[in-house]
Amino acid sequence: MNNLVVLPILIPLCTAVLMIFLKEKVLLQRLISVFSGVLNVVLSCILVSRIDGNGIQTLHMGGWAPPYGIVFVGDMFAALLVLTASVVSLAVLLYSFGSIGVERERTYYYTFFHFLLVGVYGSFLTGDIFNLFVFFEVMLISSYALISLGGTKLQLREAPKYLLINIVSSTLFVAAVAYLYAAVGTLNMAHLSQRVAEAGQGGVLNVIAILFLIVFALKAGLFLFFWLPGSYIAPPAAVRALFGALLTKVGVYAMIRTFTLIFVNDPDFTNGWIAWMAAVTMILGALGAVAYNDIPRILNYNVVVGVGFVAFGLASGTSDALNGAVFYLLHDMLGKSLMFILGGLIIAAEGTDQLKNMGGMIKRYPLLGWSFFVMALALAGMPPFSGFPGKVLIIRGGLDSGMLTLSLIGLGSSLLVLYSLIKVFRLAFWGNEPGTEQPKVRLKGGTAVAAGLLVLVMMMGLGAEWVNSYVTQAGDVLGSPELYIKAVMKE
Amino acid sequence: MELIMAIAVGVLFTVGVYLILSKSLLRIVLGTSLLTHGVHLLLLTMAGLKRGAAPVLGGQADTYVDPLPQALILTSIVISFGVTAFFFVLAYRAYQAHGTDEMDAVREEKQ
Repeated sequence: MNNLVVLPILIPLCTAVLMIFLKEKVLLQRLISVFSGVLNVVLSCILVSRIDGNGIQTLHMGGWAPPYGIVFVGDMFAALLVLTASVVSLAVLLYSFGSIGVERERTYYYTFFHFLLVGVYGSFLTGDIFNLFVFFEVMLISSYALISLGGTKLQLREAPKYLLINIVSSTLFVAAVAYLYAAVGTLNMAHLSQRVAEAGQGGVLNVIAILFLIVFALKAGLFLFFWLPGSYIAPPAAVRALFGALLTKVGVYAMIRTFTLIFVNDPDFTNGWIAWMAAVTMILGALGAVAYNDIPRILNYNVVVGVGFVAFGLASGTSDALNGAVFYLLHDMLGKSLMFILGGLIIAAEGTDQLKNMGGMIKRYPLLGWSFFVMALALAGMPPFSGFPGKVLIIRGGLDSGMLTLSLIGLGSSLLVLYSLIKVFRLAFWGNEPGTEQPKVRLKGGTAVAAGLLVLVMMMGLGAEWVNSYVTQAGDVLGSPELYIKAVMKE
Repeated sequence: MELIMAIAVGVLFTVGVYLILSKSLLRIVLGTSLLTHGVHLLLLTMAGLKRGAAPVLGGQADTYVDPLPQALILTSIVISFGVTAFFFVLAYRAYQAHGTDEMDAVREEKQ
């Protein structure tokens, strides 16, 4: 029992409610947002160190013991994701001060921002499958508001599609919960795991597992990502950074949790499905990233490739691969938010998102240019940076479990990711400026935020040994679900 | 009884999917609400439709129906109500901005 587990959810919730009353006072909203963001980073650091010292932390809401009440579970995996998400959201918050515009800030931008964080942290920390659905909805409804906030023509074209696909997947989620409740009669994840193991994961439970896989694949952009590249071009860069870094990762988290805790008894069947979906995702995502010539679409397809890579780690299922998936997920959240912030800065500086209208930016924005270059190397998985350890572990796990084709696809997709990002770097920063000399746009602190994130990405790569000591703790719980069950069902 | 309910749910899903695949945005929104109706009925059905008293402790009944799915449905209804309301307003705004509610026409429009 530990109230610390629920604080990362409560603080953004209270902040969001407070923001409703401060509609016109933009400066005050910014101050309180930053304060709440910093507070959450500190709290999640404390949570991680507490779990490091004392093992998995649980909180029974209202004092009802599981499986009867709702339980919040902070294991190392969830806590690391909460920590990374809070760092990323703080960076995006600072970036949005200069880029989002006062009009949006006056129309409850920060309220929706913090409600989105409530949904994200809640999804990471909950131990109940229906509660997971509710936190998904909290996150999604805030994202509906953020994707349409501003009401430009492009947003009004893309937002209905985004809403539709998420309503359909949420409906399927409820249907899957209904089937699972009928099959085993409980909603608590630890208890579900026990019951599914007792029932022996037969035909019906495998069908339910695949239904969950479809639901989370729709949310995460694994194979069923057709909605993602179009939808994510609509909102402003700061919102795009938030979506790209957090939303799909929550789907990935839910997938990892479901298939390492609940449906673990027929791994050949479920992992087989995840494996081919991961392969197709990596191939199509990499092809999409190479195919386009506008910055937003290239970046969006890069998000898809990252999701495929984590799913590959989940599919091979060895302890190396699970550690790698956790490591890569943390790196991916940092890296993708950095990528979208840098992309947003380039678009703001040039006033266009078409690569053919850009060139010669390195003379005017040297710091931005080299940051983008280093970020491209980090996302492709070059050794000194944070993408490398995760990819090595995932590929090693894949080779150990005999998935040679998938490993080769993973390596090939890394190459295409590097190619697509270096293409942006080459066309935007090198060469000659198109037309006349362009004025240098003031980027209002965005470069500083990006540099800060870049330092984190580098530190995560250089201090991989230290990060890995936490990541292995997360991987251990994923590898042996009985640790999770024991921590939740102990009393 | 469960069989009849299952057929009703199936019909709701079929009609919902058919409407979602149509061109007009208004039909699509109606399709999503039929889909959520279907899934709420499914939640009620899958928990079992055995006879028992309403889950209120005042009466002296021997058996009660399962109260958990009713709470889940109530939660889900409120959520889908909020989402549907938002979707209707968004559809209206999209109609104002684009001058049409045909999804094909909106897609072909150059930005």
